[in-house]
Amino acid sequence: EDKEGDDSNEEDSGSQQNGASRRKNYQRKSRERKKAGEEGSKQRDRGKKAPTKDQKESENKEKKTTKTGKEEENKQKKDRKNSTSSASSNSSDEESLSEEELAMLMEQVEQKKKLISTMRNKPWRMVKKLSVLREAQAFVEKFEGALGKGKGKKLYAYKMMMAKKWVKFKRDFENFKTQCIPWEMKIKEVESHFGSSVASYFIFLRWMYGVNLVLFGLIFGLVIIPEILMGMPYGSMPRKTVPRAEQATAMDFSVLWDFEGYIKYSALFYGYYNNQRTIGWLKYRLPMAYFMVGISIFGYSLMVVIRSMARNANESTADGDDDNFVFSWKMFTSWDYLIGNAETADNKFASITTSFKESIVDEQESNKDENIHLRRFLRVLANVLIICCLCGSGYLIYFVVKRSQTFSKMQNAGWYERNEVEIVMSLLGMFCPPLFETIAALENYHPRIGLKWQLGRIFALFLGNLYTFLLALMDDVNEKLAEEDVVKNITYWTLLSHHNSSVGNDSSATPPPLDPADVPRGPCWETTVGIEFVRLTVSDILVTFITILVGDFIRACFVRFVNYCWCWDLEAGFPSYAEFDISGNVLGLVFNQGMIWMGSFYAPGLVGINVLRLLTSMYFQCWAVMSSNVPHARVFKASKSNNFYMGLLLLILFLSLLPVAYTIMSLPPSFDCGPFSGKKRMYDVIQETIELDFPVFVAKIFSYVANPGLIIPAILLMVLAIYYLNSVSEAYQRANAELKKKMQMQREEEKNKRNNKASTNPTLQDLEDLLTPNTKTESHPKQAEDKKIESPDRTSPVRKPGKGAVVDGSPMTGGRGAVFTPPPHIFVTQPLPPGVRAPYPGQPRPWGHPLGPVPGRGRGQPRY
Amino acid sequence: VCRLHGRYHEMAPNVVPMDYTKDPDVKLPMQLIINMPELKENPFKERIVESFSEDGEGSLSFNDFVDMFSVLSEMAPRELKAIYAFKIYDFNTDNFICKSDLEKTLNKLTREELTAEEITLVCEKVIEEADMDGDGKLGFADFENMISKAPDFLSTFHIRI
Repeated sequence: EDKEGDDSNEEDSGSQQNGASRRKNYQRKSRERKKAGEEGSKQRDRGKKAPTKDQKESENKEKKTTKTGKEEENKQKKDRKNSTSSASSNSSDEESLSEEELAMLMEQVEQKKKLISTMRNKPWRMVKKLSVLREAQAFVEKFEGALGKGKGKKLYAYKMMMAKKWVKFKRDFENFKTQCIPWEMKIKEVESHFGSSVASYFIFLRWMYGVNLVLFGLIFGLVIIPEILMGMPYGSMPRKTVPRAEQATAMDFSVLWDFEGYIKYSALFYGYYNNQRTIGWLKYRLPMAYFMVGISIFGYSLMVVIRSMARNANESTADGDDDNFVFSWKMFTSWDYLIGNAETADNKFASITTSFKESIVDEQESNKDENIHLRRFLRVLANVLIICCLCGSGYLIYFVVKRSQTFSKMQNAGWYERNEVEIVMSLLGMFCPPLFETIAALENYHPRIGLKWQLGRIFALFLGNLYTFLLALMDDVNEKLAEEDVVKNITYWTLLSHHNSSVGNDSSATPPPLDPADVPRGPCWETTVGIEFVRLTVSDILVTFITILVGDFIRACFVRFVNYCWCWDLEAGFPSYAEFDISGNVLGLVFNQGMIWMGSFYAPGLVGINVLRLLTSMYFQCWAVMSSNVPHARVFKASKSNNFYMGLLLLILFLSLLPVAYTIMSLPPSFDCGPFSGKKRMYDVIQETIELDFPVFVAKIFSYVANPGLIIPAILLMVLAIYYLNSVSEAYQRANAELKKKMQMQREEEKNKRNNKASTNPTLQDLEDLLTPNTKTESHPKQAEDKKIESPDRTSPVRKPGKGAVVDGSPMTGGRGAVFTPPPHIFVTQPLPPGVRAPYPGQPRPWGHPLGPVPGRGRGQPRY
Repeated sequence: VCRLHGRYHEMAPNVVPMDYTKDPDVKLPMQLIINMPELKENPFKERIVESFSEDGEGSLSFNDFVDMFSVLSEMAPRELKAIYAFKIYDFNTDNFICKSDLEKTLNKLTREELTAEEITLVCEKVIEEADMDGDGKLGFADFENMISKAPDFLSTFHIRI
């Protein structure tokens, strides 16, 4: 956009000048100018093609010719202008423009406009662009006014003006938008030091932050704020009050740190919300809103993830599996133009060299395979080991969660016992990936495949841990549900007895309300789950930050400062500096996001915590990367892995949707806390709302729609649609593959043709040698003539001006002379008229690329 | 653009005027341009600057400078980038990427750490892969065809200012 802005600025000044000078021109000139414009556009087209195709001459000459051509044309134009202005000065009846002329003009203007809009995509010099642009703009400006001379003059002018304003506004807005992108400079700085792959992590982080911000806005705006503003205040109800037994310690830091005490009974958690159907003067339907927000969080995230995936897929139209051009790509695209740091550049050089060497080795030994059995055995062994690790970690977590339940029943549990689950999970997350890496060394995969495997395994580990954690939590929940029934009765009886006793004392007075802190209450499993998630998230944040601090920063400091007095070179030797672990960080981020999605239904405040976390980690990690990491020795491609990350995110989104959906659909909500208390299932809110708030017929419609007789066909239809689309896309793919194959075939064929030609040429020559005696005897004088004509043309590149304009194929012969020098006697045997010289017998027209006559040169020829 | 002009200005504050309304004709020599931090580490910096300069010698006027960064910006279309990439890799400006160009590219990319056989092998491979018309060197059509299929050409062939 920068450039665009520049263009417009300079254009504006330029067009003003031009406009001022040309405003005096008359209408009539338009016809002449049209011609000139056409010529100009032709020339422009030529100019456009020229740099791509000019064959032998250096560009300089090319430029000179086009430039001189332009100048001359300008001169011509001026001449014309003068002549026409003198001629047409008397005929100043501007109103006499006919409809056709108007239409023509309109077309012209449109054409010019198109030119302006596509200007940016043309490989011209800026000077030329500017001049052409100014010209076109002046033209448009002038004749737009002229077009309006008819009936809808004012309307047209107004429309044009508005369109211009709109364009300007859009441009300003775009500029504004790009300036609003946060951390652009920071990411750029990182990018210049570490290349695009590390930056891709930060861009991913920023994207995540955006998504979370939207989620946070949803939850905060639609659930938390209304509850705080309009809901019943703290202490008014049992569910909003800290129980009597806990009140003494409710403000202690250690309790708060575990998210017990006052935090547990705050709007951060599910249990705080009331089941009042409407709250406040707005009659805000909080339970309904809570439910809808919970669902829309998932809906929105799914939509965003899928949309960005689709966009990524669109962007990479050329899929990387086409391995025709391994070396060419390495040659031309391996350098990352973003690198601006010497160290990174060194690393990049090294990695490019190694990658070249690798592919050379691959190329040389692609069909060699040594001891396949051993390798296979090792791979199987490695996989078995890793599966053992995964199972072990899963069991460990299950065991620990179970144990923590017994700990929670004991009152005097220590700090370790209370936080055992989180500690164990964090430790597993810290130590398993390196273990996997060592095991993966056994397998001896290609590094890129190895990376994928590694990522997949770590992902499986995280996922397994998460799910065992969930299962254990489910057990817990079921236990609590059983407990709840008991408590429900107790609560009922206490309330009843309290009522009875007060009735017994004084029958006329209303019973004094029981202090909400004293009411016995159920365990409220939703809040428990929410607390677990929040604790997990917080400990995850802490572990991440501490690892960065210790693993990167302290290590870097140590290496940096102790290096002066150490027996070996620390920087190059064992500890060295840490690299930035992209895959681990991305996975951590994805995993964390999964937890947020799962937990946000039970703890609305979790998203807020996550937003804070992402914000801090953006700054913290940027700082850590810049201060204490070294660029990668081996850089893996950012563009390809981007969709891989998104795929992981989608998977984990889906997996985190499952347990939430399960709890919503099939577990009864606890009876005395949360917005859905007192209902059998959480989704009863919708039915309630439909029945009570909508008119009767809507309820009827809903009941029809919810009928299984309708839902099953709908699902069937959807499945059919998916099947159909799938088969269509498959067909497309097949067609694509076929086309690719065809192209390959064609390529091969062409290559073969080349080779064959080289071999057949001699035979042709022989044949012609045989034939020549006859023809020679027949057409001797003609031959001589032809020779005369041909020889000057072939020897000197300079051509007569008359011929230069004619289609000429011989510059190609000049350029390719080294490869294909047509044997001279071809001319002898086949005397061709000079005009139709192009198709030589030994040199057919269709080249790999359109090597048409070089128009720019053809025109420019006469001038030197 | 203002940022660009700022950058252009600060490279030679005594030569470049701040005010461009009078359209002065000022050029900066290549030495100044290639010392920009964005270009400093690039192995093709000379070629980049040369292919964007109007006289082919490497000195850039402000228009050329803007031109360069507009082509190397993220917004530029693939075709345009391909055209200039071709120019950049075409060391002897004969409008073909021939073997000597390839060798030069390779040497710049690897800082001459490959052996001569390896280089010739790689060059042969490249030509074999990308050369569609079998003339032993890459024309622009070959190059464009090859580069349009490259997955990370767009992501790597740009400079952010």
